[in-house]
Amino acid sequence: MSMGFVMALVGAALAASLAGMGSAWGVGVAGQAAAGVVSEDPKQFAKVLILQLLPGTQGIYGLLVAFLTLSNIGLLGGNPALDMGLETGLAILAACLPIALVGLMSGYHQGRTSAAAIGIIARKPDQFGKAMLFPAMVETYAILALLVSLLSVSFIQI
Amino acid sequence: MAVVKMQKLSVCASKQNRKAVLELLQRLGIMEIRTEEMDIPGLVRLDTAEQCSRFERAAENLEQAAGILGAYAPEKKKGQGLFAERTVIGRDRFASVLKEGKQYLCHAKEILAAEKEIEDCKGRIAGAEDLQLRLAPWKDLGMPLSGVQTKETCFIPGMIPGEWTKEALIRIASGTEEAPHPAEIFILREENRMTYLVCLCFRKDAEETEEALREKGFVRFAGETSGDPAEEGKRAAEEIRRMREKIADMQQQIRQYGEEDEAYRILSDAYRTRAEKYRLLGTVPQSESVFFLEGWVPADQADRLTRLLEEECGALVEPEEPEKGEIEPTLLKNNRFSENVEGILESYGLPQHGRIDPTAVMSVFYVFFFGMMLSDAAYGLLMSILCGIVLWKHRHLESGLQKMLRLFFWCGLSTAFWGFMYGSFFGDAPTVIAETFFGYTGTAPILAPIWFEPLTDPMRLLLFCMLFGVIHLFTGLALKGWEAIREGDYVGFVSDICAWFVFLIGLLLMLIPSALFSSIAGMTITLPGWLSDAAPVMAGAGAAVILLMSGRRKRNWGLRIALGLYDIYGVTSWLSDVLSYSRLLALGLATGAIASVINMMAGMVAGIFGGVLGGIVFVVIFLLGHTLNIGINLLGAYVHTNRLQYVEFFGKFYDAGGEPFRPFRTQNRYTEIKEERRS
Repeated sequence: MSMGFVMALVGAALAASLAGMGSAWGVGVAGQAAAGVVSEDPKQFAKVLILQLLPGTQGIYGLLVAFLTLSNIGLLGGNPALDMGLETGLAILAACLPIALVGLMSGYHQGRTSAAAIGIIARKPDQFGKAMLFPAMVETYAILALLVSLLSVSFIQI
Repeated sequence: MAVVKMQKLSVCASKQNRKAVLELLQRLGIMEIRTEEMDIPGLVRLDTAEQCSRFERAAENLEQAAGILGAYAPEKKKGQGLFAERTVIGRDRFASVLKEGKQYLCHAKEILAAEKEIEDCKGRIAGAEDLQLRLAPWKDLGMPLSGVQTKETCFIPGMIPGEWTKEALIRIASGTEEAPHPAEIFILREENRMTYLVCLCFRKDAEETEEALREKGFVRFAGETSGDPAEEGKRAAEEIRRMREKIADMQQQIRQYGEEDEAYRILSDAYRTRAEKYRLLGTVPQSESVFFLEGWVPADQADRLTRLLEEECGALVEPEEPEKGEIEPTLLKNNRFSENVEGILESYGLPQHGRIDPTAVMSVFYVFFFGMMLSDAAYGLLMSILCGIVLWKHRHLESGLQKMLRLFFWCGLSTAFWGFMYGSFFGDAPTVIAETFFGYTGTAPILAPIWFEPLTDPMRLLLFCMLFGVIHLFTGLALKGWEAIREGDYVGFVSDICAWFVFLIGLLLMLIPSALFSSIAGMTITLPGWLSDAAPVMAGAGAAVILLMSGRRKRNWGLRIALGLYDIYGVTSWLSDVLSYSRLLALGLATGAIASVINMMAGMVAGIFGGVLGGIVFVVIFLLGHTLNIGINLLGAYVHTNRLQYVEFFGKFYDAGGEPFRPFRTQNRYTEIKEERRS
């Protein structure tokens, strides 16, 4: 197995795990706030659940990039490119970094924003549309990072 | 696409017609009544808080009773649960229920009392069962657990973990040789690695003895029982039996009203409507013989309402001019397609009067963008079919929910459209299924995309996304321009709208032939000579107008230029707004890519098992995976379509601030009364 192949795997692992950590963190923070609201007013369950789920997308994006990477280096097709050059491996690692790092940070911060937005629902349940918008703002950066990672990974030729 | 024109009316009528006027208004439900502002000296307001809360309470009681009945008679009612639907009833049914109102309310209160009793009994049963459980190991004691306390000795019942011999326990309880405190131990039973015992000791040594035992994990029996444990246990069993009988009785009592739940719901609606009437009555200013009302009516209904009030109730109705600073309530009217996004608009904020209603324009973009983000033919068809079935089966849904479902029906169709454009049907499921089960070995996909597959040429799609974004944003700017023209602000139209259009289009025309653009797009576009010559001129002219004119309300030229510069700097926000539409690509890719990953996994695992088992495993993974993918991407598409409308589109022209139209009307949650409306 070449070092390049290892590097590419490290990239996939980082994308899935860092972005997943960010989401887990964010969904956790938002979930605590959501549980608080539901304990007071169970009717708001559906609304706060949607808000809690918003920071969950980073993990999905990370998973997506990881899967694309794995399929690109042939691991999923049962024909892995074990003799990949170091440069190619490092390039794939670099391509995975945007969604890994931005996923981690934006997941956490989106979770905190979601928790605050859930606070809006607790006081003014009819303001759901506005409350949803604040966490969605944070997600923009995860989407931009996903785009860069996605394009880079799919462009690198093995 | 319009904000409905409103007319303010003032009504004055004799008090003897008060009931008739209020009931007419409530039945029609077309007038928002505002009486809080009416300060006419010499008039008083009735205190109706008591009647109001009485009816509200009655409505609530009836509602709860109906809920309890529903739980006892789990008949399959259509539309119950997720899609609670109003029942349509006739006038006569309504009247007959109302006539029996007092009796129904009595029954409802009985039901509530019985239910409370049942809850009580259940609590006592739980207590008795707990006691039984705790007393069980002591049933051979033959004397009360409080024991026989004498002047000198003390009786300590309790349990200790583990298995012990009597001698060992006595040794522990009696203390050390230096400080002995003699004790006697009786072991009653050992079960579940617990030893139940009674310790007898001198009263003065009680604390030391118990402490010595507690070091080994001894816990004293806690509880207030005075009798013999066996007797007490029997008494608890007796109590449980009695409570169970009582519950059965009460349940029987509730069941005898089993068929009445519909009547309760009808009545709770009627009472809630009455409570609303009393609430309004409490705000109506009145003199000894007349009372006054003021409120807003849709302008096209004003004549009809005036005629009805004058003819039927002998009221005096006059059109009024709105007071300065008064905000007219906003009611939207749109075509059958566009009205479905009214809810989305409302959660951002309704337009004020005199401003444009963006619903119609927004609805087209909303459905279009939603489809691009979800972009899978199968998901879209599923969505549309599900929404269609629900809408077909439940015709009397609450209107907000109905609009939402219709919106998703259209979004589903758009999603299906984009799915076929991208060649995505459950991702690449047709190809994977053909390869796994039918030995397909070709390289061409089974379901060929009509347009192109995004993953093969993402940069091209990115450019299209930005093109759609530019169209969306330019539409927003054009709406702002239209508003300016409607208000007669022609200077504003030229300097704030046209100048921006010229400036931005000039910049775009300069960008398109550049090397940067062709490297991104992978193709070179050459503009005709005159156009590329015109581009810098356009950009320069537009910028000059913005520079000079955007601060035109300021006298100070220095400040004016500074404001102009700041406005030109705003072009960066246009850049970020356009880039924001890249989410159309990213979310579209995400749906397709996750779907393919699911298919790939299902195909791989199915390949390992092979045969029928492989097919079953494939179906399971396929269903689970795609359900998850639909859920996640539906949420994403919904949130981000909203965002594109709220932030990018509305940011260009729209500020809310309208107040929703809240007419005084019947408060029907469960029923819809079918009646001939007199016109």
